[in-house]
Amino acid sequence: MKRILIAGLLASAATSAYAQTEVTWWHAMGGELGAKLEEIVEGYNASQDQYHVTPVYKGSYTDTMTSAIAAFRAGEQPDVVQVFEVGTGTMMAAEGAIYPVYKLMEDHGADFDPAAFLPAVVGYYTDTNGNMLSMPFNSSTPILYYNKDAFAAAGLDPETAPTTWEDVEAYSRKIMETGAAECGFTTGWVSWVQLENFSAWHNLEIGTNENGFGSMDSELTVNGAQQVRHWDNLATWQKDGLFKYGGPGGGADAAPAFYAGECAMYMNSSASRAGVVANTDFDLGIGMLPYYDDVEGAPQNSIIGGATLWVLEGQSDAEYDGVADFFSYLSSAEVQADWHQFSGYLPITEAAYELGQEQGYYEANPGTDVAIKQITLNAPTPNSKGLRFGNYVQTRAVIDEEFQALLAGDKTAQEALDAVVERGNALIKDFVDANG
Amino acid sequence: MQTKRMTFRSRWLPFLLIAPQLAITLIFFIWPAAQAIRQSFLREDPFGLSTRFVGLDNYTRLLDSPEYLESFRVTVIFSISTAALSMGLALLLAVAVDRVIRGNRIYTTLTIWPYAVAPAVAGVLWWFMFNPTIGILTYALKVMGIDWNDRLDGTHAMILVVIAASWKQISYNFLFFLAGLQSIPQSLREAAAIDGAGPVKRFFTVVFPLLSPTTFFLLVVNITYTMFDTFAVVDATTAGGPNRATNILVFKVYQDGFIGLNLGSSAAQSVILMGIVMLLTFVQFRWIERRVQY
Repeated sequence: MKRILIAGLLASAATSAYAQTEVTWWHAMGGELGAKLEEIVEGYNASQDQYHVTPVYKGSYTDTMTSAIAAFRAGEQPDVVQVFEVGTGTMMAAEGAIYPVYKLMEDHGADFDPAAFLPAVVGYYTDTNGNMLSMPFNSSTPILYYNKDAFAAAGLDPETAPTTWEDVEAYSRKIMETGAAECGFTTGWVSWVQLENFSAWHNLEIGTNENGFGSMDSELTVNGAQQVRHWDNLATWQKDGLFKYGGPGGGADAAPAFYAGECAMYMNSSASRAGVVANTDFDLGIGMLPYYDDVEGAPQNSIIGGATLWVLEGQSDAEYDGVADFFSYLSSAEVQADWHQFSGYLPITEAAYELGQEQGYYEANPGTDVAIKQITLNAPTPNSKGLRFGNYVQTRAVIDEEFQALLAGDKTAQEALDAVVERGNALIKDFVDANG
Repeated sequence: MQTKRMTFRSRWLPFLLIAPQLAITLIFFIWPAAQAIRQSFLREDPFGLSTRFVGLDNYTRLLDSPEYLESFRVTVIFSISTAALSMGLALLLAVAVDRVIRGNRIYTTLTIWPYAVAPAVAGVLWWFMFNPTIGILTYALKVMGIDWNDRLDGTHAMILVVIAASWKQISYNFLFFLAGLQSIPQSLREAAAIDGAGPVKRFFTVVFPLLSPTTFFLLVVNITYTMFDTFAVVDATTAGGPNRATNILVFKVYQDGFIGLNLGSSAAQSVILMGIVMLLTFVQFRWIERRVQY
């Protein structure tokens, strides 16, 4: 009898030890970044025994977002999903499907201070009342990488990155003429780098109502004189071979062209740094994005990309407790500084940035603070705070298509950008119509 | 034609026997098709939180959209080119293998191999070979003075998807053509030869007409293939680009529905696609079949 009692006690102790609440997190971080993410989650799971977070890799950003939406429709949604910045408009409009982060943290008594986050990052994900709707996790901004060896071979100063587009053109010509590389520069994410960030960097409006922040019902205005001039230049440079097109979306061909030494300069996300470092054996230089120095207000500040974590509705209170606790862990300075230094993503809190400075990380790794310096160069204006349009995933595809039409010589820069505005506005209207 | 009549003792037995087939048709065809039709009249936000009946709005928008009409044109070019290329080459190969006496089994096996390759893999394979930066065929073309770039040139991209889609289908067509050729009695060809007809004349007056049932069957299969089954090939090679040059109807359904989350429009496109294939099959059986000799 006594033995049975002990066995029973042991059994109940065992079950309570296993009664951890499961929290599922769908993400889009593959490769090195995915391994690092899992390491971070393991660190959290080991730090306490109440909750167990399970990360699930769901493919690309688009795949992750669409599968989470499909899962929501089927009532099988995860607790947390990572959504890229252009999906923000869609997620925000889905009232009833998302649990705003500021509310989650409030309801579940988690330690949370929105003021601790970098304004450039957090501004993108707050509603008009300044409430944070999603949890910043991996935010990046495009920067310029260059091949110092090629610069030296071309007789350029390898320690000086080009600062203006005039420099980029002149350097590219010199690089090609001296045979230091086959092409001057290439870029990933044409829409993000050469249109959205280009506009913010020159303090130019992308859309009405503060780039869509003020109202869902906004219109695109990317067909301004400066944007037309820049796209026109890109088309000319492409014809002369100074610029090499890297493909639609992220630009799958851009990275290999830079890695192989074919192109001497490469514009892409700061989060590409880990990949660039791992795949190149030449001396790497990092600089800010180039600008046209005759444009008033340039350079302003660049805008972010990357993704945030959205919490979906329809789970138990215990699970939300776990999510809130996990988010506090995730935004701690230690975790953020580690993630930022490993990946090249921006430190999302002031504390994480300061921790990196204390650790002497930026001195030991020159160039790693270019991204954060660039994004905080000036206080964001209504034009350079970011953008928020419905159906923007599709609008990005439209931008890619029109850029291809431009490079193929089927359209002028003005025609291509006018078409972006017209087709993009139709998509925004559809969105308002479906969500209104 | 005489049919065998079966008499069942129980009145329910025949229904019971046919039930599994009916159930499968209902679950896997009628029900999803009905869902697609229902959804094509609705407008929904991606999460399905608000649904509104919009009547024929999704259809009228499609027919007003230049992108959709462009997708139609692209599909016609793609389907005809792919069907013509894969059937033409397959027939050529089948005739060649049919004439070979020694080792034709080896040729047959080698020719049907590509059919075992998954469409996405086939797509990636050709994508690699024609890649503007690292492709081996791009390099070969450059030597010949052709600057290949399917990332920017719509015609190049179309050639690429046609080649990738045909490459797989050639094996299938080849197998049927070969079987068709081998079932043609040797005596007919011999008689023609004795009458003094050369190999080319023999082929076009004797062999090819006798192959017409096979050719007709393959035409139906190939058109259906290019309309529906080529999705993975397009996705892996060009993803519909550049500038929609290879955005065939079935790929647009996926893009608008799964990437764009515009389910209403995507459903309407599926319904139209379903209608087109039904119409094509009808036309084929009604008009072309009359010219076929069995």
